Amino acid sequence: MIEEKRIVLRNADLIDPEKIEDYLLAGGYQGLEKARSMSSPDLIAEIKKSNLRGRGGAAFNCGLKWSFAPADAPVSYVVCNFDEGEPGTYKDRIIVQKDPQSLLEGMAICGHAVNSKQGYIYCRGEYPYVVDLLNRAIDQARGKGVLGDFDIEVRMGGGAYVCGEETALIESIEGHRGEPRIKPPFPGVAGLWAQPTVVNNVETFTNLPSIVLNGAEWFAAIGAPNYPGTKVLTLTGDVTNRVSIEVPTTATLREVIYDFGGGIKEGKKFKAVQVGGTSGGFIPESLLDTPIDFDSMRGIGATLGTGAVFVMDETRDIVDITTRIAKFFEHESCGKCNPCREGTFRAYEIMKKINQGQASVQDIENLTILSQVMEKACLCGLGQAAPSPILTTLKHFYPEYQARLQLN
Amino acid sequence: MITLTINGKEVQTPKGSTILEACQQAGIPIPTLCYDPDLRLAGSCRMCLVEIKGRPLYAASCVAPAENGIVVETESPGIVAARKVILELLSARHNFNCQVCEKNGNCKLQDYCYQYGVKESRFNYGEPTNYPINDPNPFFERDYNKCIMCTRCVRACEDISIVRAISVENRGHHAKISTAFDGNLTDSPCVFCGQCVMVCPTGALTSKVSAGLGRSYEVDKVLTTCSYCGTGCTLELNVKDDRVVGVTSNRTDTGSPVNKGALCVKGRFGWDFINSPERLTTPLIKENGEFRKASWDEALDLVAKRLGEIKTEFGADSMAVFTSARVTNEENYIAQKFTRAVLGTNNVDHCARL
Ligand SMILES: Cc1cc2nc3c(=O)[nH]c(=O)nc-3n(C[C@H](O)[C@H](O)[C@H](O)COP(=O)(O)O)c2cc1C
Ligand code: SF4
Ligand code: SF4
Ligand code: SF4
Ligand code: SF4
Ligand code: FES
Repeated sequence: MIEEKRIVLRNADLIDPEKIEDYLLAGGYQGLEKARSMSSPDLIAEIKKSNLRGRGGAAFNCGLKWSFAPADAPVSYVVCNFDEGEPGTYKDRIIVQKDPQSLLEGMAICGHAVNSKQGYIYCRGEYPYVVDLLNRAIDQARGKGVLGDFDIEVRMGGGAYVCGEETALIESIEGHRGEPRIKPPFPGVAGLWAQPTVVNNVETFTNLPSIVLNGAEWFAAIGAPNYPGTKVLTLTGDVTNRVSIEVPTTATLREVIYDFGGGIKEGKKFKAVQVGGTSGGFIPESLLDTPIDFDSMRGIGATLGTGAVFVMDETRDIVDITTRIAKFFEHESCGKCNPCREGTFRAYEIMKKINQGQASVQDIENLTILSQVMEKACLCGLGQAAPSPILTTLKHFYPEYQARLQLN
Repeated sequence: MITLTINGKEVQTPKGSTILEACQQAGIPIPTLCYDPDLRLAGSCRMCLVEIKGRPLYAASCVAPAENGIVVETESPGIVAARKVILELLSARHNFNCQVCEKNGNCKLQDYCYQYGVKESRFNYGEPTNYPINDPNPFFERDYNKCIMCTRCVRACEDISIVRAISVENRGHHAKISTAFDGNLTDSPCVFCGQCVMVCPTGALTSKVSAGLGRSYEVDKVLTTCSYCGTGCTLELNVKDDRVVGVTSNRTDTGSPVNKGALCVKGRFGWDFINSPERLTTPLIKENGEFRKASWDEALDLVAKRLGEIKTEFGADSMAVFTSARVTNEENYIAQKFTRAVLGTNNVDHCARL
């Protein structure tokens, strides 16, 4: 049985999150101190070498992303993506609620690397109590002077899922309609108020203090070589233990569900698991021995995404669940690009028709071609990923669809 | 220069070009809906998608930079299939009534549906779009049942007219072009310049003034200068059977050097006086309190005679000429020249100074 391994949750339940003194006693801000003794290029090289990949979903090499920001820009920004809008995901909230200073330290380390003096935390609108906690933590950090000349402000989202997409998030901070921008330019070159901007996820930032303190080699040796470190996972659905855990990325789905989740509730049988949030693919029993790291999940047509693990037992209705997911995307599409604006709407309508037992094979064919086009043609990740639950359930659970079709 | 391969052909293009620009330079047609060279890029309609070898996603060529060595396909089976799906999705929310539509024959949606053989949509699921058409302004119709959400109107209002009367409200399929609080344009900052109508690729925004008077393919376009003011905007009079039935913009640098197609409400919508029965078409001379028709020669002779008499009796400075912003620069120039050189006075002024 694999063990939990705690890097980002190293202080969880061991310190009082409201007290910076506790954090300092636990070795807090030593990573930042060490980072500040290094030159910016050396720090970036170190993070690059650790192969820390973004924990917000796209798994981009963190140090490499930082290196795109021009070193000599007079103004640049560090933005923490704490929108956490992916249903079933609450890992960033757990991390911040248990150890807010760790996030501030991670952002300040990034600030030193990219020569930025200002950070923003974009917090999910449904977490107002976490905003309060963060503001108290920032006040304490300012009071102790640990952040030096780096400052951090918290901004609140308004509840749109798409505002977790980094460029829509930037638009939202700027006070505009939350719509993704076209790329290039990437935020690293022209982001917030057209200045170089690094956007990283909460979990990405909170890995940094330990990486700087213990060195890139230490981190790179943990978990899967291509996606080293740990991942905080949130278990929901029909598992016995609906918990959040932090495990090395070599853990398999089966280990996660059965060793940590305690298996399926009430002794029922497993049917499917959806990993990475609502836009993740559905995974059948036969693929449960896949490790959770980003590339292995990709390999089976799924995604690690945010690390949400949504388990469904044998009684669950796959078509009904997929219909509800389609409704989510119909509701959350920002409406900027054609294939997603119209596609999520029609996909939901087709799913409803199937779910109500009124669809024909032709309707499923139409849904399939629509989904395949959306994956490749949509402007941002929302529309590109929205068809994934549809396509993976059609692939792995087709009999459930078939049973719903009209016979003639 | 950048060298890339498009449809098997090596193409060179200046650094900083988009793939769309590279295609245009190479004479390769790409369908576009949201792209407008005069507006900020949106990259949102996805009609201009192309396939780049080795990349999993299609690229919107209007915003994708041309890069050295990339291999681009513009009409691969996957791209054609994607464009068809996009057109079908737009069709599913579109109220097609081309037979009575002002845009018939000059409509991008119609053209591309024809080009890609989209006869009907596979995606007519759910309720059809049904927006009320009831903006009471006298200048143009807003029929969002024909809108393809390209946001060209929003960008034109913001970038050309700098008014920002309209924007997008709601999300997803329910997103719609709207004024603040979805009211009438007359209650918004709209100045009815019609730049939005100019850029709209479909029949969602059409002139009420020229409605029913002629198809775009029936009219001759006569390039002329707007006679309303001294700015000197170029416009195109749309002429059918010797009758002006509309005004459109010429947006080329050479055809329209002053305004590049932008007009104001008067130039774009204020031309219906041309055919008004109330319009004066001959000079009138007042005799015994009544006007009677006269020839130009007779009228001009009378004016010259009377002006001469006044000048002899009271001196040139007893006269003054007041000119108007509603005539062209050239006409204003002639008026002051006439005042100084013919009447012999410097008493000349212009309404713009009031
Ligand atoms: C629709 C959509 C929603 C997203 N939501 C989030 C989110 O809630 N939190 C997050 O960290 N990243 C989210 N992302 C990913 C971000 O765009 C971005 O990749 C990420 O913040 C980068 O940080 P990282 O490199 O540290 O992962 C979302 C992306 C898309 C397309
Ligand atoms: S894919 Fe969807 S969410 Fe993303 S830009 Fe297009 S409409 Fe908006
Ligand atoms: S907008 Fe175009 S496609 Fe639509 S009715 Fe008018 S001409 Fe036909
Ligand atoms: S008429 Fe002019 S001001 Fe009014 S919405 Fe159109 S572009 Fe804007
Ligand atoms: S009204 Fe016309 S220009 Fe505006 S979004 Fe609709 S189709 Fe485009
Ligand atoms: S023309 Fe390129 S996305 Fe619309």
